[in-house]
Amino acid sequence: MSRSRRDLVWIPTFAVLVAFAVPWPLWGVDRVVAGLPVWIWWHVAWLGLCAALFSLFVRSGAWERGMGLRPETGAEGGPGSESGPALGGDRP
Amino acid sequence: MTLGLSLGVVVGYLLFALAVGLVAYRVSEATAEDYYLANRSIGTVVLLFTTFATLLSAFTFFGGPNLAFAAGPEWLIVMGTLDGVLFAVLWYAIGYKQWLIGDRHGYVTLGEMLGDRFGSVGLRALVAGVSLLWLFPYVMLQQMGAGEALVGLTGGIVPYWGGAALVTAFMILYVVLAGMRGVAWTDTVQGLFMLSVVWVAAVWVVSAVGGVGAATGAMLDARPDFGSFGGGLYSPGFIVSTAITIAFGVTMFPQINQRFFVAKSGETLKRSFALWPVLVLLLFLPAFMLGAWAVGMPVEVPEGANVLPVVLNEYTPAWFAALVIAGAMAAMMSSSDSMLLSGSSYFTRDVYRPVINADASERREAWIARIGVAAFALAAFVASLFRPGTLIEVGDTAFSGFALLALPVICALYWDRTTRSGMIAGVLVPQVAYLAVVLSAVVGAVPTLPRTVAGGWDVALGLMVLSALLTVGVSLVTAPTAEGDASRFAVAGD
Repeated sequence: MSRSRRDLVWIPTFAVLVAFAVPWPLWGVDRVVAGLPVWIWWHVAWLGLCAALFSLFVRSGAWERGMGLRPETGAEGGPGSESGPALGGDRP
Repeated sequence: MTLGLSLGVVVGYLLFALAVGLVAYRVSEATAEDYYLANRSIGTVVLLFTTFATLLSAFTFFGGPNLAFAAGPEWLIVMGTLDGVLFAVLWYAIGYKQWLIGDRHGYVTLGEMLGDRFGSVGLRALVAGVSLLWLFPYVMLQQMGAGEALVGLTGGIVPYWGGAALVTAFMILYVVLAGMRGVAWTDTVQGLFMLSVVWVAAVWVVSAVGGVGAATGAMLDARPDFGSFGGGLYSPGFIVSTAITIAFGVTMFPQINQRFFVAKSGETLKRSFALWPVLVLLLFLPAFMLGAWAVGMPVEVPEGANVLPVVLNEYTPAWFAALVIAGAMAAMMSSSDSMLLSGSSYFTRDVYRPVINADASERREAWIARIGVAAFALAAFVASLFRPGTLIEVGDTAFSGFALLALPVICALYWDRTTRSGMIAGVLVPQVAYLAVVLSAVVGAVPTLPRTVAGGWDVALGLMVLSALLTVGVSLVTAPTAEGDASRFAVAGD
């Protein structure tokens, strides 16, 4: 249970990853660093961070648990678990 | 002389790509399937690159640099955010669930899945019809891009319609000759080719103008406003609504959405996306920066031409410029080909068979699909001659149309209480409203409805909210129909 509660952390994590892929704090900043505007470097670094966190997310198994599947069994259904709360995405 | 060389390279490369597609199709029919079925690691690579290949369109190669040239390099941020991050998150939220459901029930199209869940042929045909409707401007976009590319490459000697006609002819040839099966790995090969060639082009041009710092310096001398983030076209409203509508729209693209079903292993679908943000950036960074840097270069971009071919013509040998353009056109051709193929499967499976002729033979169905694709591509070609907007505008229209499907679909995937009436209202009403907005700009007789409000906010974003509200609201006040079966979307247990 505490495990699936910890999985919920991924929802705000993804929200932050999406929101700040746009370098909002650098709005209007026109400094050039190493040949490119500094906000382009922010974006490049941020997408690198996204790639790292995505692979962490995939390895954590949170996704399968969110779908009501056990990570060990892959696409097999877990016993007695109805489709659980959807993790890792918007819930309408 | 140079003109002959350029055209020779372009037509030659297109023929070569066509031949490769044909050979690949004949030889590897089974292998392409094997990729998905057997080998998990190859499956990941192929899935990643076939999805990547859908980025290889006129929207990326020509529209993106054009916009960066006209309005600043912020387009990199918009595209990187929507494609590299938001789309990847949606890939997890929509794609994996759709894969689990499709795996259980053998669905092949989105309409089929929804039609079965809600017991409604009407919904199935509606979803397919809406998808085909928005596929039209996107195919048209490729033809416009090709037409403009050859104008830029040949300095206007080849007219716009000539380039558009050329790519249309190849699109139809590709589909009719290569048959009804997309060849995933030719997309992969072309994707890798274009990725490398764009970097070679960027290095070539940048070293010719004296390095990255000099290129940026010249850009800022010509357009000081390009250095600061935001401003001009790039209001917060524009950035947010463009990113959201395109990212949600991409998930509903027939060709992309079908990828959610074809992956044979959940593992493949899962792993593919970790590398996605980096891959996307590798393509966008050189392509869009070349467009932005071009403002500081002594180049003359003719009216109605794409900036990228003009820059390449100036700084790289004619054969190389022609090769990049040819590669871009071939990649566009093969990805629009996959789109047309997915579209035709929507048409035959979700409209023709269930609604028009349930007893059609396989052979007849295959022919209907081919003729349909040819007619569709020709109609899009005719429409492309009117040039109803810039590449970005036309592309954005198509993406927004698809985006209006996304929230009702997410709702159906995750909320058991969704009803058939809720789905139909949530899909139909926003589509009709958006179509009215789009058509009002084309039809002269009626006043043009605004596409954006309050400083760059796209009305499509508001309609997306409406689609969610309608789906949920109508579902709450209507009862599930007897034909519907929510358990169809359960992915755990038996």
